[in-house]
Amino acid sequence: MEEYGGGDLLSEAMGSAARVVVVEDCVEAPGAFVLHLLLKRALAGGGAAAFLALAQPFTHYDRILRKMGCNLSLHRRNERLHFFELQAFPGKQSFYYLMLFPDIIGSGAKDGAIADCFVRLYSEIQRVVEATRTGENAGQFTIMIDDVSLLEVAAHGSVDNVLDFLYYCVTLTSEMNCSLVILIHEDIYAVEENMGLLLHLRHIADLVVKAAPLSTGLAADVHGQLSVVNKGTFSEQRAKAQKVWSFHFKVKENSTDFFYPGSTMSKVSLNLFFTNLLAFKHSPQPSPLNFT
Amino acid sequence: MAEAVVRYLRDGRLDGEHAPALALEGSLQCCSLAAGAMLHVTAALASQAAAGKAQARGLVVVAFDRSPEVYLEFMRRRGLDANALNRCVRILDCYTDPLGWKQKFQNQQHQENSTKQFSTNKENITVLRNVKDVNKMMYSITELGGGFEGEGKMYFSIAVDSISSLLRHASVPSVSGLLSNLRSHEQVSSIFWLIHSDLHEPKVPRAFECLSTMVACVEPALVDPVCVESPGSMSTLEQNYSKAKFIVRLKRRNGRVKHFYEDLYVEGNDVKFDSAHVSTEVNQSLVPKVQFNLELSEKERTDRANVVLPFEHQGKGEPIQIYDGRRSLPEGQRDPNLAPALVDEIAPKSGTAKGEIHYVRDSDDEQPDSDEDPDDDLDI
Repeated sequence: MEEYGGGDLLSEAMGSAARVVVVEDCVEAPGAFVLHLLLKRALAGGGAAAFLALAQPFTHYDRILRKMGCNLSLHRRNERLHFFELQAFPGKQSFYYLMLFPDIIGSGAKDGAIADCFVRLYSEIQRVVEATRTGENAGQFTIMIDDVSLLEVAAHGSVDNVLDFLYYCVTLTSEMNCSLVILIHEDIYAVEENMGLLLHLRHIADLVVKAAPLSTGLAADVHGQLSVVNKGTFSEQRAKAQKVWSFHFKVKENSTDFFYPGSTMSKVSLNLFFTNLLAFKHSPQPSPLNFT
Repeated sequence: MAEAVVRYLRDGRLDGEHAPALALEGSLQCCSLAAGAMLHVTAALASQAAAGKAQARGLVVVAFDRSPEVYLEFMRRRGLDANALNRCVRILDCYTDPLGWKQKFQNQQHQENSTKQFSTNKENITVLRNVKDVNKMMYSITELGGGFEGEGKMYFSIAVDSISSLLRHASVPSVSGLLSNLRSHEQVSSIFWLIHSDLHEPKVPRAFECLSTMVACVEPALVDPVCVESPGSMSTLEQNYSKAKFIVRLKRRNGRVKHFYEDLYVEGNDVKFDSAHVSTEVNQSLVPKVQFNLELSEKERTDRANVVLPFEHQGKGEPIQIYDGRRSLPEGQRDPNLAPALVDEIAPKSGTAKGEIHYVRDSDDEQPDSDEDPDDDLDI
């Protein structure tokens, strides 16, 4: 029973080959929980991560991940998690912000200065990735950005600079065996003219995870629906696999439930559902839940 | 027809003409398939060049979107060995370090750390570190193209993947300048490029289509009119990620444009084209294919012509009268000045119990059964 809970549907949908994952969300259905899950997973198997935080302070993530059973402070001390706090509250700029973005603070929004900041940020990430690779724990490395919309704000709205930076991060994924997870608020880019960043991200992505409110309206025990589109590359082995997934989610205090529409999440029916699922799996006829 | 497209690229330029150019367009809905089509054309042309069947001695790939390894890997899977790859393929790597950031970083920590991870030691990959300089890029491309072995006049082909990434760094005029300069370069046998049409304003892909002799659009096999990029109908999306339409427009030298399309799908790690469904779209008549017959037979046509329409009472022995707009009454029998007398005369003639509508045609131009307002006053 436990093996089906805790976001297994999500990981099944995501597979393992995706290098660039773009998480799209909107105000009605924030997708931060996907990021938390992926961060936990990235750190779980001996892997390491670099987290570019623009939306929340470290303590926020620490608190949430602790409830999910993952001690971020510990990982940070062990240099498995490299936390780049890039927020800039007036008068309370973080260490990394001061280190990486001094030009922006000093000279306003000059294009060259912004580009320099991104070069610095990138080389810092590359240094971290290289250091992790040469160390003993040469596991999977994950770069996470929470979120790109705020990175664009930090770059004073210069989309080109943000894209240059992101493309450089993408090159790391193919050279250094790491993956990139990007959160973007889709509804900001709803207007045709400023679709640029979102469209570029969709082009870059191998896998798009999209959180949206329930299309049929509000429900007490469903918080929204998640669709996973596996765009897949040709190098990927499982080319025959299902490419598009859609299911519902419910964010709970210390985990998230993913389930197919129509199966409610009350304990009893959940049990029933999984018994049925098992029965289907063992029966000779094709399972209706596996669309292949 | 991908084969025909590759054939045109293979045959290369004719004397006194610019090199043939192919613009490959894809949108987000089937983006990976467009990329697959690009890889297919690249690999097909490279193997033609390696076999010595093409006009070009080799192929220069300008790689923006994918790592050079992806191309080499794909060509290897298509049966090109390392020797052929080294001989016939050069890759200008604009993916790894397009702005020189990595070099800058390397210079910073120059010290003992000489792990040359980024300067690939492969002889057929050249890293370009400043893509903003379009002139330098052109110089690099022609330099790489001139490096193929062989005697006599040497031609080479160019693949640019993709223009969309190049356009982030350079303006539309400078990129089109680059392409048309390359097309007119005397050593270039053919050139083709990929463009993601939805990343730009509609006029940008158009501008590049004008530079090309062939346009191949990769379009989704199924179009869902309700939701284009929303996860509403999963089956549609699922279909579109595994199959697409490959629509080709070929511009002949005399200006004629040919259209055709075939299916494009992914099988395993490879891209396949299904030419069984090649449509002869242009040749077939415009009448849609239906179960029942929409055409008339000869007999039906004559029967139809013989039907006397209810208001078509004239012309059977009586003189045909045409209303000329000034006289409201039949002329010939009476002078219009004697109108009151005429009324008297008509009245007994048509004064039988049944009513009749007399209709006078406006002119001979008017078809008897036309839908037009017969006397211009109904305001239909």
